[in-house]
Amino acid sequence: MSQANLALDPHAGTMEERPFAIPSSKLVMWLFIISDAVTFGALLFAYGYIRNASPDWPTPFENPSIWNALLMTFILVTSSLTVLIAVNAAQNDDRARAFRWTMITAVMGLMFTALHLREWLDLIGKGVRTFQNPWGAPMFGATFFAITGLHMAHVLAGVIALIAVGLIYKAGKYSSKHIEILSLYWHFVDIVWMFVVPLVYLMNMKR
Amino acid sequence: MADNTSTSMNLNYLIYVVILAIAVFQILFAMMAGPQPILMLMLAFLQASLAVNHFMHLKQERPSLFFALIPYTLFVLFMMNMIWSDSFRLLHMRPPIK
Repeated sequence: MSQANLALDPHAGTMEERPFAIPSSKLVMWLFIISDAVTFGALLFAYGYIRNASPDWPTPFENPSIWNALLMTFILVTSSLTVLIAVNAAQNDDRARAFRWTMITAVMGLMFTALHLREWLDLIGKGVRTFQNPWGAPMFGATFFAITGLHMAHVLAGVIALIAVGLIYKAGKYSSKHIEILSLYWHFVDIVWMFVVPLVYLMNMKR
Repeated sequence: MADNTSTSMNLNYLIYVVILAIAVFQILFAMMAGPQPILMLMLAFLQASLAVNHFMHLKQERPSLFFALIPYTLFVLFMMNMIWSDSFRLLHMRPPIK
């Protein structure tokens, strides 16, 4: 390429191939997911540390709470499948179907949040607060509400993003790439829950 | 193309069933034998790796993406380590060392 051509179009022929063969926005989502995963990891590590350091750690979760956690797992894992169907439809340029499944995923996120809030209200009704509870180690409430609260905030943020991106995609201003990148975030929220259930619920099951 | 998509979705349905089956096993095992932290964590990692590789398609991306994410993870962990020690100081309400 001559210097004259470069002067006319400085990027012509000089752009390199993307190093990971993915859009920059997708790479940024991966980087965000890693930093967020480490945040959750730190919270779960802190919870484990405090739990092991407290001889009177309460184990308040009875069978209804455990079945509720299983139902929440079912809803969240199913929502991962529904968002995959939405991505699949978007990649086939079926905008109506992609929008429908994105909204179904958002509704499942709201159902998950409702069940989670019910669990919170039940515990609050039993006297659990951030730094006190009727059973033992006062930090139980702080760790429980911090971990599940941060997760619930992620689910709610995901629901808002699903609705917003779904609507913009339906209007034709976004491409399938945007649904796919958002789906990464939604799967991440699902993965975090896979660690919350055994560590927070099953480890504190009443026996 | 359509066949590939169909095969990929069929695999996703299978992964979905496996992840749910692991979740049910975790809960039933914990109810019968009591929670075993190591086993629970191993099963959670298995669920997570299935979701990351198949739902998030990391398996289909270039290996260079996976390797490029490792130094970033180490950097975030290192930075959190800085904040971490301070959080323990705050937990015990100790003043910083002069």
